Amino acid sequence: MALNYDQAIAAYDPTLGLEVHVELNTNSKMFCGCATEFGAEPNTQTCPVCLGLPGSLPAVNGKAIESSILIGLALNCSIAPFSRFARKNYFYPDMPKNFQTSQFDEPICVNGYLDVEIETDEGTKVFRIEIERVHMEEDTGKSLHVGGSTGRIHGAEYSLLDYNRAGIPLVEIVTKIIPNTGKYAPQVARAYVTELRDILRSLGVSDVKMEQGSLRCDANVSLAPAGSGQLGTRSETKNVNSLRSVERAVSGEIERQANRLQNGERIIQETRHFLEESGQTRPGRSKEQAEDYRYFPEPDLVPVAPDAAWIEELRATLPEKPSIRRKRLKIEWAVPDKEMASMVNAELLDTVEETVLLGSDPTKARSWWLGEISRLANEKEVAPTSLITPIQVAEVIALIASGELTDKLARQVVEGVINGEGTPQQVIDARGLKVVSDDSALMVAIEAAIASQPETAERIRGGNIPAAGALIGAVMKATGGQADAAKVRELLLKHLGQG
Amino acid sequence: MIHSTAAEMATKLAAGEISSVELTQQHLDRISVVDGQVHAFLYVDTEGALSQAAAVDAKRVAGEKLSPLAGVPLALKDVLTQKGIPTTCGSKILEGWRPPYDSTIVSKLKSAGIVILGKTNMDEFAMGSSTENSAYGPSHNPWDLTRIPGGSGGGSAASLAAFEAPLAMGTDTGGSIRQPAAVTGTVGVKPTYGGVSRYGLVAFSSSLDQAGPCARTVLDAALLHEAIAGYDPRDSTSINAPVPAVVAAAKKLDVKGMKIGIVKELSGDGYQAGVRSRFDEAIEELVNAGAEIVEVSCPNFEYALAAYYLIAPSEASSNLARFDSMRYGIRVGDDGVRGAEEVMKMTREVGFGKEVKRRIILGTYALSSGYYDAYYGSAQKVRTLITQDFAAAFSKADVLVSPTCPTTAFKIGEKSDDPLGMYLNDIATIPVNMAGIGGMSLPVGLAPEDGLPVGFQIMSPAMKDDLMYQVGGTLEAALLRKWGSPILSNAPALGAN
Amino acid sequence: MSAISRDEVAHLSRLARIEMTDSELDHLASELDLILGAVARVQEVAGADVPPTSHPLPLQNVFRPDVVTPSLTAAESLSGAPASAEQRFKVPQILGDAE
Repeated sequence: MALNYDQAIAAYDPTLGLEVHVELNTNSKMFCGCATEFGAEPNTQTCPVCLGLPGSLPAVNGKAIESSILIGLALNCSIAPFSRFARKNYFYPDMPKNFQTSQFDEPICVNGYLDVEIETDEGTKVFRIEIERVHMEEDTGKSLHVGGSTGRIHGAEYSLLDYNRAGIPLVEIVTKIIPNTGKYAPQVARAYVTELRDILRSLGVSDVKMEQGSLRCDANVSLAPAGSGQLGTRSETKNVNSLRSVERAVSGEIERQANRLQNGERIIQETRHFLEESGQTRPGRSKEQAEDYRYFPEPDLVPVAPDAAWIEELRATLPEKPSIRRKRLKIEWAVPDKEMASMVNAELLDTVEETVLLGSDPTKARSWWLGEISRLANEKEVAPTSLITPIQVAEVIALIASGELTDKLARQVVEGVINGEGTPQQVIDARGLKVVSDDSALMVAIEAAIASQPETAERIRGGNIPAAGALIGAVMKATGGQADAAKVRELLLKHLGQG
Repeated sequence: MIHSTAAEMATKLAAGEISSVELTQQHLDRISVVDGQVHAFLYVDTEGALSQAAAVDAKRVAGEKLSPLAGVPLALKDVLTQKGIPTTCGSKILEGWRPPYDSTIVSKLKSAGIVILGKTNMDEFAMGSSTENSAYGPSHNPWDLTRIPGGSGGGSAASLAAFEAPLAMGTDTGGSIRQPAAVTGTVGVKPTYGGVSRYGLVAFSSSLDQAGPCARTVLDAALLHEAIAGYDPRDSTSINAPVPAVVAAAKKLDVKGMKIGIVKELSGDGYQAGVRSRFDEAIEELVNAGAEIVEVSCPNFEYALAAYYLIAPSEASSNLARFDSMRYGIRVGDDGVRGAEEVMKMTREVGFGKEVKRRIILGTYALSSGYYDAYYGSAQKVRTLITQDFAAAFSKADVLVSPTCPTTAFKIGEKSDDPLGMYLNDIATIPVNMAGIGGMSLPVGLAPEDGLPVGFQIMSPAMKDDLMYQVGGTLEAALLRKWGSPILSNAPALGAN
Repeated sequence: MSAISRDEVAHLSRLARIEMTDSELDHLASELDLILGAVARVQEVAGADVPPTSHPLPLQNVFRPDVVTPSLTAAESLSGAPASAEQRFKVPQILGDAE
C-alpha cells in the first residue's frame, strides 16, 4: 500500500539541506572583462581567460567580491577576514579549464541565519535556518546536444558548446542541515528560497529569476524514523526551477523515500533530477562514485582579506530587510495579515508600494492591483505589471479622487490600458470617458428628467427621498453613464428642496 | 655581427651603422647554416621577423624615439604565446596551434621593437632538465653536439651559444633558465616571482613559473630584463612596484663591502670536481674585488627537491587538464561514435609524452583525498621553511651563491631512464623558485676534465634583483679580464649543417 | 613494500583522463613508487605548527573594476577548434549529466 504524504510524514522525520546558486548581475565576468549580457551570439563574449586558453590567467571582479560580502551581511554571516579561491578539479566539456575556480575550506562568509515565517495549524511560526557558508565561483558554458531520438543527452550524436556563460560570477549559499520541520518541510523550503530571493533582489545583486536560471536551488532531503533523532541518507534534487517546484520537490522526495524505506529498500545517496510535469524526481549521476575534486588553493589568485572598515562601509549600505519592510508597511497601511499575505503571495507588494509612493491611498491601490487588474491579467495569463504600470494606476486613482472619474468609468479606463489602447488619458479621450461634472450641463439633464417624471419629482418634494433613484437613473442614462451619480443626487435633491 | 653582444648591436643600430633588417637577416642566415645540427628552433618566423625589423628601421629613419634594444633579434621559448605563430610548448598535443592572442611579454617585446626570430625548443610543458622531453626531438649543445643543452629551456640557451640570436626568452620553474645557461656558457636570470607577467606563459607550475631574460652577457640580460618586466593587471600575482634598476646595477662593476653568502647545503658536496674548482675560483675573484664571504646554513634545503617534485606536478596536473581536444590542439579517436570522455583519454594518451604523464599522475596522487596532507600539504610547509631559511641567510649576506648545477652537460640519452637522477640536476636551483626570490647563472669557466662550461649561481632577496646583476656584472668583468676573451670564443665553431 | 599499486595508478589515470596501456601502468607504478619514496621525506619536517605557503609573495586583495573589455571575435575563439558548427565548438557526444 503506497504511502501518501501525510502517512509518510507521520512515520518519518525529514531533514533538509538547501543549496542556492545566485548569478550576480555584474557588467563583466568573474575573472575577465567579457560582457555578461544575456542572449548574445554564441562565443562572442569569450576571451583567452574564460575560454581557458593556454597561458591565460584570472583577474577577480571587485564588484563580485562586494556583492558576495553584501549577501553574507544580509544573511547575518561573519565575513572571513581571510578567504581564498580554490580549484575544484573535474573534467566536463562545458568547463574550459577542466577545473572550476571556486572556494573550498576558506569561503568568504560563514555562519549566518535567515528567519522565515510559515503558516502552521498553530498559527504563524518562525523557523531559523542556519547558513553554513556563502562562497564565490564561476559558471560553466552551455552545451547543446544534437542528434539522437529525443534530443536529450543520452543518445546524442555530438554536442555544441557556447562559452558565453562560462565565467559568469556565481555565489553559492549553503544551509546547515535543517531539522525539525516536520510536515512543514516543503513550506519551509519554499519560504526560505522566497525570502532569500527577496533579500537578493533588495540588495540589487542579481535578477533572481528562477525561470531564467539566475537563481538555482538544489534540495537535499533525508528521512529518519519518526522520533529516532537519527540522520538518514540524503538525495540531492536539481533542476528545481520555481518556488512552487521547491515545495513540490521536497514533498515528492519525502514521499518517494518514505515508500522505499517502508518497502525495506535503502536510499541511495545520489543526485536526482526534478521533473516539472509530474512533480517526481528521476535518478541522475550516482553520488556514490563521486569525483575526487582534489581541491587546492588557486595559485593564480591571491587571498581576499576585506578589512573591517570596508565591511562596515558595505554594511551601512544594506537596505531594509524584506520581512522588516513587510511588517512596517502592514502597520503603516493598517492592513490585516490575510490581506498582507495575499499581496505577498501575488508578488504585488512592491508594485502596490510604488503606487502608494506616487500618492495613492494604500487600500485603493491594493484593491485595484489585486482585484480588477489581477483578474484581467489572469485572463490573459500574464503578470499584472506587464500590462499597466504603477504610475498609470496612481493616475487613475487620483482621477477618481478628484471626481474626474467614477469607479465605473475608471474600470473602463483600466481595461482600455490593459487592452493596449494607450495611456489612461488616451483611453479617456478616445472613448470619451469624461465625468460630466459641469453643474449646468447636469442641471439640463436633471430638469429634463424632472419634466419627464413629474409625479416622481412631486413625491421627492414631499420628502420621499428614495424616489430620487428613478430620476438619478434617468439622468445617468441620458448622460451615457458619465455623470457622477453622487453629484447628480446632490443637485437633484437641492433643486427639489431636499438638499 | 652575430658574435657581438646585444648592447653592441643596439649601439650600432642606433648609430645607423647597420639596419635591423640586415642584422635580422644575418641571424636568419646563421640559423639556416647551423640549426640543422643544433635544433634550437621549432619555428622560424622569417617573414614576420623581417617585417618587424623593417618597421623598426622605418621608425628610426623617421626620427622616432626607440627603446634601447629596438631592432635587436630575439629567440622566444615556445611556451610563450605569440598571436598567429605556432606555439607547441614542445608537445604533440598542441601541434599546429596558433594562439589568438599575444602574451604580455610578446606585447612588450613588440612595443620595444625587439625582433622575434622564432620559437625555441623545450622540454614538453617545461618539464625536464635536458630538452630531451621535447616531442620534436632534443636540442644539441653547441659546445658538443652529442650533449644536452640543459632544460627545459635548452633551445633558447643553445640559440645563444650558437650565435643564432643575441637574446632569448626563457622560463624557469625549478631551474629551466639557469641550468641551461650553466651548461651552455651563457647568462640566464630568473627574476623575483611576480616581476615579469605570466599572462600568456603556458602554465606548468603556477606558483613557481617565472619568465626571464637569457643572453651572452650580464648587461644584455639586464637590458632585456628591463624591457619585459613590470606590473601587469592581467596577472594577479604580478608585483605592483617599479622594475628594479638592473641595467645600472649591471654596470656598477663594484662589490666592495658586499657580503656574499655561501650556502653550506649547496656548496658542492658530490658535485663534479671541475664544477667545484671553478666555483672556488670565482669566489676568489669576488674576494679580490672587495667582497666579504660569509658561510650560511639553510638546513631545510635538503627537502627542497622533494617538495618541488610534489608541488610542481600537483599544479601541473591541474594546469594541463585543459588539454582535452575540445577547444584546441589535436583530437584523437573522434570517429563519430566514441563519446567525449573516450576521445579526451585517447588524445591525452597520445598527445602527452612520458615525463608529462608521469608528473600528471604523481600530481593527481599528491592532491587526492586522503593523501593531500601527507604530500601536497606537507610540501607547502617545506616551502615556508625554505623561505624562512633564506630570510635568515639574507640577514647575514646581501646575496647567496652556489654552483648552478652539479655537473657539466651530460650526453644525450645518458639520464633518460633515470628520472630521479635527472631531477638531481635542479638541486641547487629549486630552492630559489620555492621562495620566489631572484636567481642568476653566469659562466665562470670550463671544467678542466671535459672542457665544458660551468655555471655560477647568484641568489638575491625578493624584489632586489639588482643585487644579483651587480655581483654578476662585477664577476663577469673580472673573469673577462682574466681570460682575455669571452668564454664562448672557446666553443667549437659550428660549420654548415 | 610498494607505496602505490598498479590499480591505484589505473584509478589515477582515470581521474586524469589518460588512457594508459597495461605496460605503461606497470612501468609507472614502479617509477612512482621510487619517486614517492624519495619525496615522502617532506613529512619529516612538516610539523603541525608550520603554516603552508600557497603564494611566494604576501599579496592580497588584487581586484579589477567591473568594466567590460573587448572579447575575442567568435572566429578568433573558434580558430583552434578541431571541429565547429553553428559558431560553436563541436565535440563528441557527452554521456552523463553535468555537475
